[in-house]
Amino acid sequence: MSFSVTEPARRTKIIAGILVAGYAIITLLPLVWIIATGFKSPSDAIAYPPKVFFEPSLEGYVNLFTTRTRVTDEAFAALPPPETWYDQIVRDSRMVIAGPSRYGERFLNSVIIGFGSTFLTMVLGTMAAYAFSRFRVPLKDDLMFFILSTRMMPPIAVAIPIFLMFRQLGLNDTHLGMILLYTAVNLSLSVWLLKGFIDEIPVEYEEAALIDGYTRFQAFWKVVLPQAATGIASTAIFCLIFAWNEYAFAVLLTSGTAQTAPPFIPTIICVGGKDWPAVAAGATIFLVPVMVFTILLRKHLLRGITFGAVRK
Amino acid sequence: MAEVVLESVSKRFGNDLALEDVSLTVPDGSFVVLLGPTGAGKTTTLRMVSGLDVPDSGTVAIGGRPMAGFAPAQRDVAMVFQQYSLYPHLSVRDNLAFPLKSPVLRTPKDEIARKVAEVAEMLQISHKLDNRATALSGGEMQRVSIGRALVRDPAVFLMDEPLSSLDAKLRSDLRIELKGIQANTGATMLYVTHDQIEAMTMATHVGVLDRGRLVQFGPPREVYEEPVSIYAAGRLGQPRINVLPAGLFGGAPDRAVYIGLRPEHIAQGDGTEAIVRRVERLGDQTRLHLNLRDHDVVTVTDAHTDLTSGDTVKIRPRNPLYFGADGARIV
Repeated sequence: MSFSVTEPARRTKIIAGILVAGYAIITLLPLVWIIATGFKSPSDAIAYPPKVFFEPSLEGYVNLFTTRTRVTDEAFAALPPPETWYDQIVRDSRMVIAGPSRYGERFLNSVIIGFGSTFLTMVLGTMAAYAFSRFRVPLKDDLMFFILSTRMMPPIAVAIPIFLMFRQLGLNDTHLGMILLYTAVNLSLSVWLLKGFIDEIPVEYEEAALIDGYTRFQAFWKVVLPQAATGIASTAIFCLIFAWNEYAFAVLLTSGTAQTAPPFIPTIICVGGKDWPAVAAGATIFLVPVMVFTILLRKHLLRGITFGAVRK
Repeated sequence: MAEVVLESVSKRFGNDLALEDVSLTVPDGSFVVLLGPTGAGKTTTLRMVSGLDVPDSGTVAIGGRPMAGFAPAQRDVAMVFQQYSLYPHLSVRDNLAFPLKSPVLRTPKDEIARKVAEVAEMLQISHKLDNRATALSGGEMQRVSIGRALVRDPAVFLMDEPLSSLDAKLRSDLRIELKGIQANTGATMLYVTHDQIEAMTMATHVGVLDRGRLVQFGPPREVYEEPVSIYAAGRLGQPRINVLPAGLFGGAPDRAVYIGLRPEHIAQGDGTEAIVRRVERLGDQTRLHLNLRDHDVVTVTDAHTDLTSGDTVKIRPRNPLYFGADGARIV
């Protein structure tokens, strides 16, 4: 059987285009749905059949960032005129703003814990992977298998022991605790991925650097790391996505100070009725950091995935 | 500049014996070429000196100091790798400057610029300084990798077939250039090659390695004229030495089993009859491929010879070398 690379026929191109477009629509539809719902009014959001065209409203976003109270008709009538556009939006639903919501803090917690654990995972993972790749480690294969085995059980299976340990250690509901936990979960995957990437970098470059007057660590820093950038970037994205989206541990181990956005978003529903636009707004904003991070590193991501996968 | 002394160095990689009891002194300011086929231990010897590998037993000393426990960076050696090993994420300029910027050297900026420019000029890569190291041809990469060693002023240069992927013109230019640098600076050079012209023209000493053992060490002329074995004789000389049964011409010593004849050590005109099989005209000389009683013999003759294949010539040995059954020289 032989393959030849020729320009595909026009019809083939059209069919391929339709298939790709169809697939894109199916994958992107939920995203569009979430973003659109965030800009709907509560009644439009639950309208049936669903409204494709609607009057955009910022009510969801205002509700997301505020807590509101209902006041008596007399008190409502006695209020001074609304000072800001968001005051106005809240007044339109015959409510008043009682204060800011906790979404901002929760979002910040997600950023601290997500990026913190990703950073820690990359630092530890890169060094461990380098050691496994380059040095004669006793029981190397067994250790690598052990590292992998930590991921064989669903993480939530150990939730109770971790909860008890965290309580003993005072790590419950702390940023540090969540960073350590997500780092522990992500490390096995990242060591395996990164070892693959580092294995691909010929050892001769470091040897040249050693001869050129650098120590092992300087050679690692100046020669290996820049070449592993691709692999590190793509691994970092995997780790960030896990830590960012993680829900089960976050529900169990955080409640106040260190609560991340995923367990917080559903709680919006209960505040003053099923406020779907606010939930959708929370989800939309929650998507942004990972999207930006991935777009920034996308050049590395695609190359990284193929580069690391191919073995000589 | 320094003397390099290896004493009874042995090294195993798993079950493979890479070096066995190698003792070798590279005198200060000498140009030592290591010869031997792939797997003979040439590169391993360089790695022992550089510190990239550590001997299982035996010692390495540079400039009189034992090197046990010294990291490569502490040994003050420069090495040119066979696979170039240019840093792919750096420009040519940064590749050349890399050793100078090391914590060991900490060269001032203007000094780095001056040295890099000087070496780039010498190696004819000035116009490529701002290229990425990966955007070069094989020959250019090899020149950069030589340059990365030359920017330094190390105790000893280690070169692993540095000219192997260059074209003929550049190779002969650089051969002269390298020899000139070594002679002018008095650098100590340990050099690995397959190329016997490099060995003959550049070396002050040649070391012949055979499966991890150093079988002969001496000036190139001596190794060429007085090889200790068939193996050592075969490392130098192009075309290779002819090895024939000792009895073919008569007059062999008692224990001799083989006679070794360099192509120029065959006199024509009288002696044993041989049939011309092929005539190779190289311009400055002509090679004759002869058949002597079913043995192939290669010799050189006058550039303008009238001989053609099928002719018969009479040949006899001149200054033959005799070897015993084990290949060792019999004097």
